[in-house]
Amino acid sequence: MSVLAVRALCKRYGDVVAVDGLDLDVRAQECFGLLGPNGAGKTTTIEICEGLVVRDSGDVEVLGCTWERDARALRERIGISLQETQLSEKLTVRESLSLFRSFYERPQEVAHVVGVVQLEEKIDARIGSLSGGQKQRLAVACALIGDPELLFLDEPTTGLDPQSRRQMWDVIDRFRASGRSIVVTTHYMDEAERLCDRIAIVDHGKVIARGTPAELIAEHGPPPRTEVRTVTATLEDVFVSLTGRHLRDD
Amino acid sequence: MIDAARPPHARRWLERQLVQLTFVRFREFVREPEALFWVFVFPILMAAGLGVAFRSKPASTVTVAVVERRGAPDGGVAKVLAQDKAIIVRELPEAQAREALRNGKVMLVAIRDSAGVVTYRYDPANEESRLARMTFNDALMRAAGRVDPLTAVDEHITEPGSRYIDFVVPGLLGMNLLGSGVWGLGFALVDMRRRKLLKRFVATPMSRPQFLLSFILSRLGLLVLEVAALIGFGVLAFHVPLRGPLWVLAFVCVLGSLCFSGLGLLISSRVRTMEGASGLMNAAMLPMWILGGVFFSSSKFPALMQPLVQALPLTAVNNALRANMLEGASLSAMVPELATIAAWAVLCFSLALRLFRWK
Repeated sequence: MSVLAVRALCKRYGDVVAVDGLDLDVRAQECFGLLGPNGAGKTTTIEICEGLVVRDSGDVEVLGCTWERDARALRERIGISLQETQLSEKLTVRESLSLFRSFYERPQEVAHVVGVVQLEEKIDARIGSLSGGQKQRLAVACALIGDPELLFLDEPTTGLDPQSRRQMWDVIDRFRASGRSIVVTTHYMDEAERLCDRIAIVDHGKVIARGTPAELIAEHGPPPRTEVRTVTATLEDVFVSLTGRHLRDD
Repeated sequence: MIDAARPPHARRWLERQLVQLTFVRFREFVREPEALFWVFVFPILMAAGLGVAFRSKPASTVTVAVVERRGAPDGGVAKVLAQDKAIIVRELPEAQAREALRNGKVMLVAIRDSAGVVTYRYDPANEESRLARMTFNDALMRAAGRVDPLTAVDEHITEPGSRYIDFVVPGLLGMNLLGSGVWGLGFALVDMRRRKLLKRFVATPMSRPQFLLSFILSRLGLLVLEVAALIGFGVLAFHVPLRGPLWVLAFVCVLGSLCFSGLGLLISSRVRTMEGASGLMNAAMLPMWILGGVFFSSSKFPALMQPLVQALPLTAVNNALRANMLEGASLSAMVPELATIAAWAVLCFSLALRLFRWK
């Protein structure tokens, strides 16, 4: 069963074609990655799926509903984190989440969501005092507070240090483990490989490749090298294990 | 942990979105010290400054130098006029008296010679000197026994309501309603659009009418404090009168604040940057500060401009506030003003809601 079905989606801004006949299928309980260089049309696509941008043509079905008919119900059922949303710096984490919580009919408790994104110690801190990684996790907490079935995360780890990225991955893993679905955009390949069940690579508004990370590597990767070397960890793994994966937010 | 046990309508009132949104508005406001200064402290400083600068002067006194020449009869002028509060007599030698007149320390020199003849030295072109001569001469003649052929009685009026401070406090109140409505809504909304927070909110099931209503509610909540602070200061420090019914005053303030909030909403409906917003806000408010009768009566503008001047919402608010506070007028006496304010409110809100961009 697919939680998101996009068919022949098109969107242009003036002369610029942002999305040019794009197709997507996201299945239930999977983490789906939308990859591509800047300006490829990822954000436009995801914002059309979130009901924030109106498409020119094509069909979009989210959780079996369309934005034209079921906008209000869909808003209850999806959670989103936009690129670069700046929450009010003068509010605390708890106040911000309480505000978002009040918008939903069947929300999660604030304390629960704060636990999921590991911000317990910062719950009464002003948002202005949080680090970049903490702000980003709070943005995801705002997306989780409505207890969504489908989560859209637009570049949730851009600009974060390695520890913060790992913490974000944990949040995403836990959400998927609870049996729900995620659409995530990124331009970090290691992140996509680590997080996503399936991937679509987008360029010039079209999907140019799709499949599981392993399929994509097998199909499009360079021929296997015959060097005699065992690569068991990346440099980033080493860095993270040396500096500590958690609780090093500041 | 899905909270399915509790149906949505059973939410505690504190968890309702209108309450949450309104609380957030208050929190953001009180956590902004600059906003607190401009809304509460600045109008009071302004009223205090203007009240002191344009205070009614105490009953005017005249200062006169008296020169008693050698051989002048007994019963000197100084003694005769000692009881007269309107005249301050300084007995001086002739040379010093002339010097005091030259450098403006006295307005008049009265010289009494040995024959008892009084000579006044003064510049007749100087109003104050002429006033001093008349006052002094009058007092002197009466003291010497002059009887007036007619009886005349003075009745002094310096009652509250006719002073500059009485005029300016309602004007400052109107200006404050304008500023906090336009700035309070405009800057907050443009800032939220710039930070993509508006876009984030409309991606939730948030009710857009309740979101906008929360701005109005918090505005009205703060209004009570703002009005109380400024009026309270005017009444306590300067005895500014409140002649009309207080509920009419409250009604005018609420209607005016709604109107200016609508203006703020309209200004912020499309703008994306703070610079753009402050430009538009100044363009909207500056003409009203000048034409709207804040510091001086808008009737000073030529008749040709009056239709424009009277049509401005700030003019209408100020006129209605003055009619209520100074003349004790009730609602029926300010129908044209109230109609103007209401028309602006409807116009601004309907345009703003049509133009408003969430994304």
